Amino acid sequence: MNVYPQVLFKNRRPNETVLLPEYEKSGGYQGLRAALKMSPEEVSTRVKDSGLRGRGGAGFPTGVKWSFFSVDQPGDKYLICNGDEMEPGTYKDRQLLLADPHQLVEGMAIAAYALQTPVGYIFLRYAYEDCSLRVERAIEAAIGAGYLGKNILGSGFDVELHVHRSAGRYILGEETSLLNGLEGRRPVPRSKPPFPAKHGLFGRPTNVNNVETLATVPHILVNGTAWFHGLALNPKSAGTKLFGLSGHLNRTQCFELPLGITLREVVEDFGGGVRGGHKFKACLPGGASTPYLTAEHLDVMMDFDPLEEVHSRLGTAGVTVFDDQTCMVAVTRNLNRFFARESCGWCTPCRDGLAMVSWLLDRIEFGQATMDDLAMLKDQVRNIKGRSFCALAEGAMGPVEALLRLFEDEIKDHIKRGGCPFAGK
Amino acid sequence: MTELLPQDQIDSFKARAAAIAHPHELIVDLLRAIQAYYGWVPDEGVLLTAATLGVLPVEVEELATFYDKLFRRAVGRRVIHVCDSICCWSTGAEMITEHLQKSLGIEFGMTTTDGAFTLLPSCCLGACGDAPAMMIGLTTHGKLTPKKIDAILQKERAAIAADA
Repeated sequence: MNVYPQVLFKNRRPNETVLLPEYEKSGGYQGLRAALKMSPEEVSTRVKDSGLRGRGGAGFPTGVKWSFFSVDQPGDKYLICNGDEMEPGTYKDRQLLLADPHQLVEGMAIAAYALQTPVGYIFLRYAYEDCSLRVERAIEAAIGAGYLGKNILGSGFDVELHVHRSAGRYILGEETSLLNGLEGRRPVPRSKPPFPAKHGLFGRPTNVNNVETLATVPHILVNGTAWFHGLALNPKSAGTKLFGLSGHLNRTQCFELPLGITLREVVEDFGGGVRGGHKFKACLPGGASTPYLTAEHLDVMMDFDPLEEVHSRLGTAGVTVFDDQTCMVAVTRNLNRFFARESCGWCTPCRDGLAMVSWLLDRIEFGQATMDDLAMLKDQVRNIKGRSFCALAEGAMGPVEALLRLFEDEIKDHIKRGGCPFAGK
Repeated sequence: MTELLPQDQIDSFKARAAAIAHPHELIVDLLRAIQAYYGWVPDEGVLLTAATLGVLPVEVEELATFYDKLFRRAVGRRVIHVCDSICCWSTGAEMITEHLQKSLGIEFGMTTTDGAFTLLPSCCLGACGDAPAMMIGLTTHGKLTPKKIDAILQKERAAIAADA
């Protein structure tokens, strides 16, 4: 296994959480000190120049998002950390918060200064009570040390952070639903525009970022943009990325790896290869909404643009691997059932369309389908894609579309045999 | 009837609601507090939340019925959420579910006759590296095997007995 620079995981030890003294000793809160000596615009520019792209799934350049936010708007403004992390196969933010939560607190203090948003919310999913407790403890310690609260480090700038514990549902990870959730309104998505940067939480300018994105910011402030670019193996990219491995691998753990690493190295070296001596058949490269990759993609770089070139996405870099004993219709059926069940019900293509897709996949898997059902499945994808209110139904179509593109033979095999060719395996 | 929430907690929520511009933001917190104390959220819990925060009951109900981890029906002393999403499914969640259903003698959505356990399917719990996984209350258990489940259930039963 190659040894790569560890940034977010440099202090990680099994079953332990880094507390403030150790975090400070390892260079913690130096990024905040550096930021406070700069102007807010300079901090945003630094983040923009670093090439950091959002780690929550969409990969939007973080500094560009920050530059849309006009810092001199009067009145209340908010910074939000999206820690909903509910896409199946994704567990990297949890690993980060369990290991070294001060990185998020410091990142939020820096972002709050750069965006001039004195009030921040950390939105955490129901299942992450372990993270909530650690983040709250980190916030308390940071207040005690003067990194949060009034007049942080004598800068004259105030930052207060609140933890919000959610109560379930995938839709909350969609940023406008999350805003409704924080406000205590029914968490369905809002129409965009107006975008949260203008009209967000409580109708006020709001900036939303993922946990890993914010936690990366302090390191950029300390080490500089050239260093950050140098971390990636892909010369066109920047930084490390947390990869959460799962599925049919020998080692299903979370690793910090350089962007641009090949899928082969992730699967064979870090994942320890496919378990049980089986062969690699396919994987989700970045969570349940990312189109499958197959063995022909093993040498593709795990990075935003290279994966888009092969019709997939890096997403959250939660890599779920399936061995050659796995029925891809059954996999897609499981994924789609998740999306159908978690649909918030706000728009028809998602609420009714995903249920229809589930019904069709059931028919195929259990041998009741005809070729008409296959045509109808394709029709459903066409009618859901691009027609739903938010991006989540679009994401749900990722695996279905990939199933049709890469495994149409397998679908037809089900139809011809009148059942699943993998049954009993 | 047991009280829904101790008075000091109700007072504390009232004070917090009075101090902020948007008391709605405390609805989920208060519903979770009632559920943590009472076990679930009955109609009276919805009304108490509305009265405490000065919001409409329907504004509370539309959240209480939306979130899957808020229970509007009575549940057992421990709620078991079994993950059935992709990583757990691909590593034996169906076998785990079968074992739980057999050990507890119930199907999904049911509560054991002694009122100890309610069994529910759940979407991904964010424990994908430790699949298959389940959550009991707020605690996640990963790398499940039938043997490990038996030990966990036994421990929970002992804890419930000690509580009573």
